[in-house]
This record gives sequence, structure tokens and C-alpha cells, in this order.
Amino acid sequence: MKKITEMLKKVFSKKYRQRTVSYLIVVLAYLIIETAIKTGSISNTIKSLLVPTCSYIVAALALNLLIGYLGDLCLGQAGFMAVGAFFGAVASVFFSRFISGDVPVLILAIIVGGIAAGLCGALIGIPVLKLQGDYLAIVTLAFCQIIKTLLLNLYVGIDSKGLHFSFITDNTNMDPDGILVIKGAIGANVTKKLSSFTAGILLILFALFIIHNLINSKHGRAIQACRDNKIAASSVGISVSRYKLLVFVISAVLTGMAGTLYGLGFSSFKASKFDFNLSILILVYVVLGGLGNMTGTIISTTLLLVIPEALRAFNDYRMIIYSIVLIAVMLISNNAMIMYYLKQFKDHLKKMFPKRRTE
Amino acid sequence: MSEYVLETKNLGIDFGGLTAVNNFNIRVEKGDIYGLIGPNGAGKTTVFNMLTKVYEPSRGTILVNGTDIGKMSTIEVNRIGIARTFQNIRLFSDLSVEDNVKIGLHNSGSYSLADSLFRTGKFHSEEKRLHERALELLGIFRLEGFAEHKAGSLPYGAQRRLEIARALATKPCLLLLDEPAAGMNPVETQELMDTIKQIRDRFDISILLIEHDMKLVMGVCEKITVLNFGQVLMNGTPEEVQNDPEVIKAYLGD
Repeated sequence: MKKITEMLKKVFSKKYRQRTVSYLIVVLAYLIIETAIKTGSISNTIKSLLVPTCSYIVAALALNLLIGYLGDLCLGQAGFMAVGAFFGAVASVFFSRFISGDVPVLILAIIVGGIAAGLCGALIGIPVLKLQGDYLAIVTLAFCQIIKTLLLNLYVGIDSKGLHFSFITDNTNMDPDGILVIKGAIGANVTKKLSSFTAGILLILFALFIIHNLINSKHGRAIQACRDNKIAASSVGISVSRYKLLVFVISAVLTGMAGTLYGLGFSSFKASKFDFNLSILILVYVVLGGLGNMTGTIISTTLLLVIPEALRAFNDYRMIIYSIVLIAVMLISNNAMIMYYLKQFKDHLKKMFPKRRTE
Repeated sequence: MSEYVLETKNLGIDFGGLTAVNNFNIRVEKGDIYGLIGPNGAGKTTVFNMLTKVYEPSRGTILVNGTDIGKMSTIEVNRIGIARTFQNIRLFSDLSVEDNVKIGLHNSGSYSLADSLFRTGKFHSEEKRLHERALELLGIFRLEGFAEHKAGSLPYGAQRRLEIARALATKPCLLLLDEPAAGMNPVETQELMDTIKQIRDRFDISILLIEHDMKLVMGVCEKITVLNFGQVLMNGTPEEVQNDPEVIKAYLGD
């Protein structure tokens, strides 16, 4: 018993609180939604949103690692998600030929999607990481467009001999028993939805685990040093470019995994889904949730995906209301006066309910 | 092995058509506390920036313990033993005081990325060691009480001391201090003089410092180089420098 209270004290101590809260929120949300599904009190529209929400959260977490801790703006998240989705789709069809059972195939597909996106991250990271701020953002934006255009023209088929690729024209020379997985502008066809809400939650927990463990280590400190002052960081022997590339690749891997989860949540999807708007949307989640604040990112992503659905009743005006909510939140959270009153209110509450001293 | 910790030969740098520093020669021996002084704009900080490879020298050589650092980067220069502070303080101001020193200890922490991702036993033991080492260094600069504070929230003098602590954390053999007493009051300056002597003895290092506070320079430095308009005006002991008519002219005019 004493050991348990000690454990609790440790995980809620100032050092670990942020981490614990973020894990707890995810687990709680999972339990609540799962019970709601079991009791049948959730509509089909919301149900169909669960997997995309999970994948947006993972992508937003990955972007928050990049913006909040490395301090670099990246507008290519949609591109990395697309790479993850399409490679994951091919991998899932490929592996399901040899492996029965959805779970191992999904895990393998997610790993393949992550690695593919990570390689893309390294590929564009090496030449462009010397750039900073707006310039880096524009290059990553261009990357996202290139990926989308390439995928719009890609044909991939699988038959008993293996994979067949073709570009621009459907010319894959497959055996008659082959399946065309990616059909250019028509998109990818995976025949079977492998992603589940449980898988999504597990991927969020995995992303949180990786990000928290990375940030709270000497590597995490070095990353933040590069953000705060590059010259000082290199003056104490920290290789700024190495750490930038590392974070860029880790962020790309997680985003790719999110993309695979997203893609395999549908029976078919198009490359045009992963456009510039998606990158901006993810950026909005991150900024609204707070830079470097993982719990905030999870909450803001969920809210911003739920609000448009909840506003279905005001169909004609819902995007207007959504935008107004967005503007209002940004203004309020950046207004010193309002934050001051909120803090006073919080202090007032603290005085009304004083904490019992445990010692 | 050379007898000099730092030796420069005809070091110089041009910015476009402007020669900022020329024919700069200095020899710092092991255990020296060496002063680099001169009027504003003489090129003192430029010399530091060349020694740490923030600027690439246009000519001349820099030897650290006999090793030519001509082809090294800022990071490699730090790894062979030069650490520095900055004239305009460059702390990681959003991070805690302890984390600032731990970043200085970065290269002495020997666990890998995989260790930190999977929280192995090595991670925990190394982190514990880094924590203790950081507190020990903070203790020398009387900052252990501020370990949890944000570095940017410290008073000016404490920020300067923290920067020295962070530089020392990289285990240098030569410490470059760029105006360590700027913005300090007389009591803090006096304490800083004691601390400088103390860290020289305790860590067995050499110190090269730029300073405008003559009381500090004459109080702690054993040798001094005077720089004026990018040229070395003279080398000597504090007494020689104080009585040299050229130096007085450079500082006070005709």
C-alpha cells in the first residue's frame, strides 16, 4: 500500500505530472468511448470519425515535437501522412498474402509506413535543414505538393510474383490473378479496413511514449538547446544539424505511422485527400493546443474535429461558427488581461478549497 | 606536446575590405589567467569568435596544446577543450538552471538514443550522475538554490555565473570569458575574482578573459595582451601594462 502511494506521489510530482496527465486523458477517453460504443449510445458518424481523429492526433503530436521543441515550422505533414498511407496500404495487401490475422498485418503495415515516411524525412531533411523559419516551411510545403503529385500518378499492383510498379500509365504487366492496390488518381484500394479505434489509441500512447522519453533525456535537452540558441549549443559541443535531422526523422516516422492508420481506416482513399489544407489543419491543432504541450494538442485536435460534427444542426453556418470559435480561442489565449483574470479566479478557487496537508 | 595551451601565429581576419584583426599572436601557458584588454571595437570578441571558430580566420594558425584547429568546427573545438561565455549572455533562457548546466554536460553523458527511448538502467544511473555533477557545479557558483528556476529569470550577475558553470561543464582545458563582470556590482565583481582563481586551481585549467573592469583585470590576471585597432599593442604583466605610455594613450587619447 505504502509503495503504491509513493508511486502515485512520484508520477504526480511536478517533474512527471505533464506526462502522467497526457497518458491518463488518452486512457480515460478510450474507456468512455468504448463503453459508449458497447451501450450503443454513439452515432455512426462519430464512430466513423474515431480512427481519423486518432491519426490526426498522432500527426499533430509529431508536428508539436518539431515546432514546440525544435522550433522549426514544417508544412509537409500531409506529405508524410500520404507516404505512410500509401506505403502502408501496399504493405497491408502484400503481407496479408502470407499472414492471416489482422493485427500482425496492421502492425507490419504501420512499421513500413513509418519507415517509408522516415526515409522521406531524411531525404528532404539533409538538404533543407540549413534553412530556417519561413524558408523551411515553404520547402516542406513544396515537398508535400510533390508527394501528392507523384502519388496521383503512381500505379502499384501485387500478384504472386511480387510487387509491380508503373508510373503515369497503368502498365504494370501483372499476372491475371494480381490486384491493383494503387490506381493513380483513383487512389488506393485496400479491400479490408484494418485500423480500429483500439489500434489508434495504442498508436497515440506509443507516440506519447516516444516523445516524452525523447524530450526528458539529454537528447531532449540538446534539442531544446538548438531551439533556444544555436551558437551557444554548438559552443558546448552539441551538433545542431545532427539533432535537427534526428527530430525531423522521428517526427516524419510518427506522422507516417499516423498516415498508415488513417489510410487503413478506409477501404479506399485518394492522394488528393493529403493536400495543403490538411497540413494547415494539423498546424492549427498544434498552435491551438499550445507549443510543446502534448496534452493540449490531444484536446485541441479532438475538439476541433468534434465541433464541426456537433454543429451539423446549423448546417449552413457551421463552418462560420467553427472559424469564429477558432478566432475567439486564439484571441483569448493570447490576451494577457483575460489570462490574468482567469489566474485570479483560479487562485480564488484555491483559497476557497485549501489543499489538505498530507505530511 | 607543446608547452602552450593556446598559441596563435599571425592570426587575422578580414570582413570584406576591413581588416578587423591582424597579426595576432598570443601564448597562453598551462594554469595562466590571461587578460585580453583594449578599447571598444579593438577586436577582442572577434579574437574569441575566431578561437571558437564562430568566425573562420582569414589567415594564421591556432594551436591548442600543439594541435592545429584550422579545419575544426565550433563543436570539435569545444571537444578538444575550449569552452567560452558570451558578451551578450546566451543562456537557454526557457530551460531551468539545472538543465542549462546539464546541456553543458551533454557529451559526458554516455547513454544512447535507444537508452533514453526505452529508459534502460544505464539511462537512470547516468541521469543520476549528471544531476549530481550539475548540482556540484552550481554549488561552486552559489546557484544550487536556483536549480529549478528558469535561467532567464535569474538576476544579471547570476546569469553570467551560470554561463561560466555551463562552459565549465564541458570539461575544458582553456576557458574563454567574454566580459564576465559586465553588469555586476562591486561586491559581485569581488566574488567573481575569487571564483575565477578558485576554478583555475580546482579544475586545473587556463583562463583567457576579456574585461573592461580594470580592477578585476589587474587583480586576477598574471599576463595581459592589449589590443588596439585589431593590432597587438603590447604583451606584459599588469604593472608593465599600467605604466606603458602607448596603452595609456590608446585608452585616454593624447
